[in-house]
Amino acid sequence: MNVFSITDFDGLLLAAIPQIWYALPLIVVVSLVYGATRHENLREILAHSMRNAIWCFGFMSIIFFLIWIAGFWN
Amino acid sequence: MPEIVYPQESGEPVVVDLQDPYWAAFFAWVWPGAGHFYQRRFAKGFLFMICILSTYFFGLGIGQGRVVYASFKPGNLRWQFVCQLGVGAPALPAIIQSMKTKKGGDPYWILCERFPADYRNSSLAFHKITPENSNGYSGETIKDGFMAPPGGMNKPKARSRVQTDTLGRWHFEGKHYFEMGTLFTVIAGLLNLLAVYDAFCGPAIITPAQREMLETKKKKKNKKNKKNKK
Repeated sequence: MNVFSITDFDGLLLAAIPQIWYALPLIVVVSLVYGATRHENLREILAHSMRNAIWCFGFMSIIFFLIWIAGFWN
Repeated sequence: MPEIVYPQESGEPVVVDLQDPYWAAFFAWVWPGAGHFYQRRFAKGFLFMICILSTYFFGLGIGQGRVVYASFKPGNLRWQFVCQLGVGAPALPAIIQSMKTKKGGDPYWILCERFPADYRNSSLAFHKITPENSNGYSGETIKDGFMAPPGGMNKPKARSRVQTDTLGRWHFEGKHYFEMGTLFTVIAGLLNLLAVYDAFCGPAIITPAQREMLETKKKKKNKKNKKNKK
C-alpha cells in the first residue's frame, strides 16, 4: 500500500519551488499598495514598502525553512 | 471639499484635498487609480493603477481568461468573484457573460469549443476540439468564453456532470496556473479596496501627536507588566 510519508511531503515542498517564485511580485505589489495607504510622500511610501517587503520575505523564508527541516524528521 | 492636514515632526504638514470623497471612492473602484487622478494625487494614482492592474491582468493572462467568472449556483459557487469584483470595470465583463449564458446561451468572445458530455467517444468528452481529434464532428458543443462560467453548466440535461467536469478540465489543462491566476486576480481586487479607502478617507498617516499617544500607552503597558512580574 502506498502510504504518504513525510519525505513525500518534503519532496512536494521542493517540487513547489517554481510556484513560490510567484510570491515575489505579490510581495512587492502588496507592500507598495499598503505603503501607499499609509503615506502621501513617494519616498516615504517606498521606504515603508521596502520594510514591509523585507519583513514579509523574511517571515515566509522562516516558515519555508521550518517546513523544509520538518521533512528531515523521518 | 474636505481637506486633511497631517502635521509632521519636521518640515511642512502634508495636505490632502479629497475633493468629493464619494465620487473619488466610486472612481477609484471603477478604475484603479482613477479616484486619485480626480483628486489630483497623480503619483499615487499611477502607483495604484500600475500595481493593481498589472497584478490583475497578469493573473487573468496566466489563467487564460477563464479565472474571472461570475457563478453563484449551487455546485459552482465562485466566491472568489466577490473579491475580484473589487477591481471594478476590468471584472465587469464576467457579469455580462454570466447574464448571457444564464439560460443556456453561448457566451461572447469564444475561446474554444469542447466535446459534449454525451459524446460517442466518452474519453474525449469535455476535451478541446482540435482539427486532429474533431473527426468532422458538427453536433452541439460546449463553448469556453472569455470570463464566462464553465461552458454547458446551464443546460438542464447534463447540469451536474458538465458543470463540474468542464471546470475540472480547466484545472487540469491550466495546471497550477488556474489557481495562481485566481490568486493574483483576487489579491488585485482586494488591494483596490485599500485604494478605494485611501481615496475616500485619505492616507492613514500617523501624526506626531498620535505617535506620542501610542508610545505613552506602550510605556504604561511595559510598566504594568514589570510590576506584575515582580
